[in-house]
Amino acid sequence: MAEQPILAFRDVNLQYGDTWALRNVSLVLRPGETRIILGAAGSGKTCLLKAAIGLVHVDGGEISLFGEDVTRDRETDLFALRSRAGFVFQEGGLFDSLSVGENVEYPLLNQRLSGHQNNSGSERSIEDRVREALRFVELERTFDKFPSEISGGMRRRVGIARAIVTEPPLVLYDSPTAGLDPITANTIMALIAKERDVRNSASLIVTHRYQDGEIMDKFFYDAARQELVPLGECADTDPKRNRTRFIVMKEGQVVFFGTRLELEACDDLYVKRFVHHED
Amino acid sequence: MVASSHESEVATGGFYLLGLLTRVLVAFQDFLFLSGRAFANLFRRPHYYDDVALQMDIIGVGSLSIVILVGAFSGAIIALQMARALNTYGAASQVGTIVSLTLVRELGPVLTAIIVAGRNASGIASELGSMKVTEQIDAMRALGTDPVQKLVTPRLTATAVMLPCLTVIADAVGSVGAYLVSVPLLHIIPTEQYWSTFWRALVVNDLAQGLGKPFVFGMIIAMVGCHYGLRTTGGTQGVGRATTQAVVVSSIWIFVVTFFFDKIFVNLS
Repeated sequence: MAEQPILAFRDVNLQYGDTWALRNVSLVLRPGETRIILGAAGSGKTCLLKAAIGLVHVDGGEISLFGEDVTRDRETDLFALRSRAGFVFQEGGLFDSLSVGENVEYPLLNQRLSGHQNNSGSERSIEDRVREALRFVELERTFDKFPSEISGGMRRRVGIARAIVTEPPLVLYDSPTAGLDPITANTIMALIAKERDVRNSASLIVTHRYQDGEIMDKFFYDAARQELVPLGECADTDPKRNRTRFIVMKEGQVVFFGTRLELEACDDLYVKRFVHHED
Repeated sequence: MVASSHESEVATGGFYLLGLLTRVLVAFQDFLFLSGRAFANLFRRPHYYDDVALQMDIIGVGSLSIVILVGAFSGAIIALQMARALNTYGAASQVGTIVSLTLVRELGPVLTAIIVAGRNASGIASELGSMKVTEQIDAMRALGTDPVQKLVTPRLTATAVMLPCLTVIADAVGSVGAYLVSVPLLHIIPTEQYWSTFWRALVVNDLAQGLGKPFVFGMIIAMVGCHYGLRTTGGTQGVGRATTQAVVVSSIWIFVVTFFFDKIFVNLS
């Protein structure tokens, strides 16, 4: 029997004036699955991500998050639900008046204050969990620094640490590699793949870089070797490989949904623009 | 041809005015909704006591030196002007009464509120505006925190509590400033007479005005600052615009509310 979806969109529509931000969008995401969302600027990728946790209110359709319909809930009812998901903003979205440690600590304190605490890991102290999350993104030494004192790539990694510190079953990434050099971008994607494979979390990743999707699709994190390893040629049968799907959006519509191989084979001119072909 | 062009200009002007009126009404409606949520959050968990204490420090302790300075000089200026005017009518002995009523009823609350509006409504608007344009407010919502609960309600509580305290301090310092001008400087009245006329002039109605006004002004300053901060758009330029609007609008509201406050209290007395 198929696992219950963590996130499901059913015919979701959102319009700003005459422009469609989301048009009849449907998708399902289950634990451990990854969706890579590609598309031109203004095609509705970030809107889709924000709609998933009710940050923007849609005009029609249904969005189910952890089994609850976020389109019907009021803003004040959504906070508890949102605190169960992780969200990485394009620029990190860090609180600039808080140190790195305090930023990562924030979701844990928020859960404790609001009484939405996860059971997992709650027996450990908050500082231990913060340090563990920062160690996960290899930034433990920045604990006392402020966001303005670290580089753009480091801010993204702190953003990832803040998103995963509560060990959420779903993490949403809004262009986590935008504006970064290829080496830093690959480091970020390696961390995202590690998070997915270590915790079996579902990931929804908005990106402009096809390579980001390739990393998620072709590699998995080997906990024993503590590094990303390729799935190999015979990996088509590996269930881990089959859990990454690509979505291409155009003017609010999903114009492609499928595997990496299907994406590379697609003849559509718009879709082909987002595929990097190796010669 | 000329008539048609004129009609089209009138129509365009009409649409512009209608659009402007709609925007003002929508903004006022948003302000009321935000205020409603901020007040409702006073009775809803979680309560961010640390943030309330921090804001009290920023708004109250942070404004103390400038409030003392302005309070002292405003008291001294009233005494200086009134001494001359009262001397003309041979009523210089009433300087304590005049200073007392002017300071406690009007100048203390209004001047303190204007100072705090300039300092804190702008501070609140720029802080929240910067958070808005750098996605920190969205990040807060995404992490499961109500930005109104976390950012607006503590500022509302802190300003509403601290402004009456600052006003009392401004009144006290102002009365000393007026004393220094009236007694040691101008020698128009003995010390005992100054203080006895100062205290005797005050009745419950004056004290209610003197403390009620800053309480309401505090709420206005915090809510206007938060309102403009949270609706900031357009990057750093937008933050600057929000800051200016917050100071201008809160200052205007202070004077408008003073008028209605006075109308009510004059009728009561």
